[in-house]
Amino acid sequence: MSEAQLDTRGMLCPIPVIRTQDRVRELAAGDVLEIVATDPGVLHDIPSWCRVHGHELLETSETNNEIRIRLRVCAP
Amino acid sequence: MTAQSKAISNPDRPRRAVALISGGLDSMLAAKVIQEQGIEVQGLNFYTGFCVEGHTHAIRAKVRAKPKRNNALWVAEQLGIKLNIIDVSEEYKDIVLNPRYGYGQHLNPCLDCKIFMVNKAQAWGFMEENGFDFIITGEVIGQRPKSQRKETMPLIARESGAQDRLLRPLCAQHLPETLPEREGWVDRDALYGFHGRNRKPQMALAEQFGLTDYAQPAGGCCFLTDKSYSAKLADLWSARGKRDYELDDIMLLKVGRHIRPSETYKLIVGREEGENNYLEGYRKQFAHLRCESHRGPLTLIDGAPNAADIEQAARIAARYSQGRDAAEVTMSVHHPNGVSEVLTVTPYAPQEIPERWHV
Repeated sequence: MSEAQLDTRGMLCPIPVIRTQDRVRELAAGDVLEIVATDPGVLHDIPSWCRVHGHELLETSETNNEIRIRLRVCAP
Repeated sequence: MTAQSKAISNPDRPRRAVALISGGLDSMLAAKVIQEQGIEVQGLNFYTGFCVEGHTHAIRAKVRAKPKRNNALWVAEQLGIKLNIIDVSEEYKDIVLNPRYGYGQHLNPCLDCKIFMVNKAQAWGFMEENGFDFIITGEVIGQRPKSQRKETMPLIARESGAQDRLLRPLCAQHLPETLPEREGWVDRDALYGFHGRNRKPQMALAEQFGLTDYAQPAGGCCFLTDKSYSAKLADLWSARGKRDYELDDIMLLKVGRHIRPSETYKLIVGREEGENNYLEGYRKQFAHLRCESHRGPLTLIDGAPNAADIEQAARIAARYSQGRDAAEVTMSVHHPNGVSEVLTVTPYAPQEIPERWHV
């Protein structure tokens, strides 16, 4: 189990979702990915993407216009 | 043996379809019709850089206050299918710049775009590791004047390379049988014969499926079908003397008021807080103007302005500040090399900014 980070600051949706999708593809089931973003669209789109692909949304938080989302990768 | 021939050679294997999902109603219905026949469907959505969704929602503050969603993801959730979003923005340039079949009403290369997307879906879906058997789209004959016509349907199938593995469930009964129909993977009688621009049959089918919440964007989901956006793109090409663009260029065409007083430069003036915040991200790449004596927007200068142009730019930008009626306004000019200067200018009166400057 590893913990990975993805910086999508300054990117607008759907790019953060695409980057998340590509990064998760490189991770193993059980790994955790933390995404940092500035587009508030991710608060809707990444949880939606997690539901579509069966990944577990662990946490979302927002401070100083910076959004952090943590998810656990589930088996395909 | 190719993935395609393997798929055919194993007749007992459950069949799988890859659906182009735009986020609109037609592609949603097409996928649903095939799901209803017991076929496993997965969605593909392409990010071209010109997608209407996402950026404008994220940039403009007044829109930002409303809840937003990615409609393609929303459709995938409603249908219970997986959705892969693929960034094709770099490759897509060639489609926009050199469309073999030309443009539609504006700079929309719809026919080339459809061929490109079906070709991409084929390349992705028929890869051995993905193992899909056919492609479905929400095309309806007569729905769109450029790309969705009776004569373009076989052209798209042929030019994309998908051939008879391309199935349009909503208008299949008007088209020759495809492989999934011939092989009995899907029942042709349970497909549809929609045609024309009337949306009522699609809405009735949605109701039949219990789908009540769906997007129906006017002109589709692409900025290139927008008259004003296409005019800005044409202006960009004309001013630069070449038909090309970077992703930042086409993002900026979605933002702000674009004013071109001369061939040498253009101004991009933020129209509200959200746009100003977005333009802030470009302040290191572009010369820009700020109003120091009054509240006012951030204004980017795109091009190679000379000193007289800079003063003119400051007068125009001052016009959009709170000091528009003042005799003098202090503006600061910041160059990409880090050099800044302060100018005191008289804001232009409205009639001094001719309509033709507005791109």
